[in-house]
Amino acid sequence: MEKYTLSVLVYNQPGALARVASLFSRRGFNIESLAVGTTNMEGISRMTIRILATVQIVEQMVAQIQKLMSVIVVQVLPQGQEVSRELLLIKVACDQSSREAVARIVDIFRARIIDVSRGSMTIEITGEEDKNSAFIEMLQDYGIIEMARTGMVALERGVASISNVL
Amino acid sequence: MRGAEIVIQCLREQGVEVVFGYPGGAILPLYDALYGAREVLRHVLPTHEQHGAHAADGYARASGKIGVCLATSGPGATNLVTGIAASFMDSIPVVYITANIPRAKRGSDSFQEADIWGITMSITKHSVVVASARSLARELREAFFIAREGRPGPVLVDIPKDVLEEADDTYTFLDQDALEAWYRENRFLRQKGELFFQRQNRFLDEGALDSIAHTLSTAKRPVILAGGGVIRGKACDALREVMHRLDAPVASTLMGITAIPYFDRHFLGMAGMHGTRGANAALQKCDVLLAVGTRFSDRTLMNAQRFAPHAHVIHIDIDRAEINKTVSSYLHVTADARAILEPLAQRLPFIHRPVWWQTPAMDQQGEAWTPSHIMTAMARMAQYEGIVVTDVGQHQMWVAQAYPFIHPGQMITSGGSGTMGYGLGGAIGAQLAQPDALVTLVTGDGSFLMNQAELTTVARERLPIIIVVMDNRALGMVRQWQSLFYDGRHMATGLSGIPDYEKLAAAYGMEGSYVSNMEAFCRAYQQAVEERRSALILCRIDPDEMVRPMVRPQGSLESYILESREES
Repeated sequence: MEKYTLSVLVYNQPGALARVASLFSRRGFNIESLAVGTTNMEGISRMTIRILATVQIVEQMVAQIQKLMSVIVVQVLPQGQEVSRELLLIKVACDQSSREAVARIVDIFRARIIDVSRGSMTIEITGEEDKNSAFIEMLQDYGIIEMARTGMVALERGVASISNVL
Repeated sequence: MRGAEIVIQCLREQGVEVVFGYPGGAILPLYDALYGAREVLRHVLPTHEQHGAHAADGYARASGKIGVCLATSGPGATNLVTGIAASFMDSIPVVYITANIPRAKRGSDSFQEADIWGITMSITKHSVVVASARSLARELREAFFIAREGRPGPVLVDIPKDVLEEADDTYTFLDQDALEAWYRENRFLRQKGELFFQRQNRFLDEGALDSIAHTLSTAKRPVILAGGGVIRGKACDALREVMHRLDAPVASTLMGITAIPYFDRHFLGMAGMHGTRGANAALQKCDVLLAVGTRFSDRTLMNAQRFAPHAHVIHIDIDRAEINKTVSSYLHVTADARAILEPLAQRLPFIHRPVWWQTPAMDQQGEAWTPSHIMTAMARMAQYEGIVVTDVGQHQMWVAQAYPFIHPGQMITSGGSGTMGYGLGGAIGAQLAQPDALVTLVTGDGSFLMNQAELTTVARERLPIIIVVMDNRALGMVRQWQSLFYDGRHMATGLSGIPDYEKLAAAYGMEGSYVSNMEAFCRAYQQAVEERRSALILCRIDPDEMVRPMVRPQGSLESYILESREES
């Protein structure tokens, strides 16, 4: 089993996301993360799906997703040839005594503090999944109040584009 | 023009002649429009939406056209679900049109509201909720296109009641040519062109064809496995040509039965759990397997790891997602069966090989009162013409094993979904699609009890359907499994012979008769055939009668738990 990143262009129709998501559960595929957003093309959204699977399963997933009417194109990003980022917002418990220490960790990870209160600090960080996970790990000791991750988005390196197939 | 009227016009654009449907509150505007169109559009009312769905499905199978089924919101729509699933599993093109509560009330749990779009998402090829009267024509045209193109399947169009009532002045009727042009210019459909237009053979890869031809012509023991795609893709003639040139035997799946005439010396019969010994043995011995229009169902493979262990598999299917799904192929082509088989046949030499396969004895002689003798007798009296529709269970396997079909599409059955209760609705649809054909429903007493209310429809529409019930006073197939795998603890599989079917038939003005020997059966069946009238014939058989042979679940195709009758 390896990690794969699928990019899917879908028409912005009601239910397009539900259809792809339901396909994954119905066929017993496992999603690690899923992110959706609009694109530069009107009416077309892009989904980025991270999965842990074998080559055979990925091939089957691509074929099943491609069949959906609301899907325009599916691409497996070539491994090692992708740039990927995830945004994490995390609220950490901290008071006067721990604020400095947390700020140092924020510096080391090149994250950004976007809200501070007497009992908490909210931090924004973007990066690859692993980096964000390591960041979370470092903040465990201080007490995580809540957090939200967007799920990963990714593009292929270089001049190539998924929309070349359109 | 009001939305409801646009629906009617769109059905006419598509050349629809018969619709099956059940009215109700939300769909009333459409029924009002149907009233206006009643001279040109035949509406058939079932007694239950599920059987209306099966009828539309049976109509599609028997006509090669697209079936249409209507239902109202809420329970009307949810009653379709089993029918939609049956169409989906067997890739049958049916457009299901449901009405729903008005847009403004959506999501408020109002009376007879159900999210049928969400409920049917995983059992439709595509589905939409129509947003406005203006988009209605586009959605319906797309629905018909999607249902039939590529791998066919059911499409659901859910229309809010107020959309049916809303006026739109932009609609114009499209004749055949205009409609085709409209499809060509449709961006949404064009994006899917790669999937849809393979039928036109544009993507045919000459190199792949050459490799397939080479692999086949150098094989020592090639075998062909014919699936339902061969019949639906009208590729039976092409397949026969390939078969003759290679001098190779053909096994079929349940859906592929009728691809090759039963009396052809190359035809091995059905493979799989209840497959013939000849078919299963050939699959296990072959060195090259040409599988066409099949998704390698678990009932055919039994155990994917032990299936055709010596074979290079060449897989031809219209659905890319079926390639390498359960069986890894050595060579594969994603395309319409006929588009490949015709040029493939031209590339094959004529080979003559000694017969290494075993053809099953299809034509049972004599008067013995066994299911296979009953099948043979029925076919003779029907002069091998007409359509046989089945329900699901032991009788279905007996038809599959022993009814000698000679024309493609003569057998209609719920294969993938295995829907008990499919049969009578399916037979009604088949008879309406082919009014002159002899339509026989072979069913079991269990399946028949699920759908017998549809005798009302048979009588009302005066359909000359002959119903042959393999009456063992039991849910035979489940009982067989209880006998084999659960120490004979027969739980909830006895039916005790209720009701009195002669009286039941009489209540519908039909002739009903119990028969328990071949002579009586032949008299009853022959008479119904000659008089072109419906009849209900109950063949009394032993509840301990089993479907033979039977392969052990999860076993290889040759690990039999039950031998065939001749061998035991």
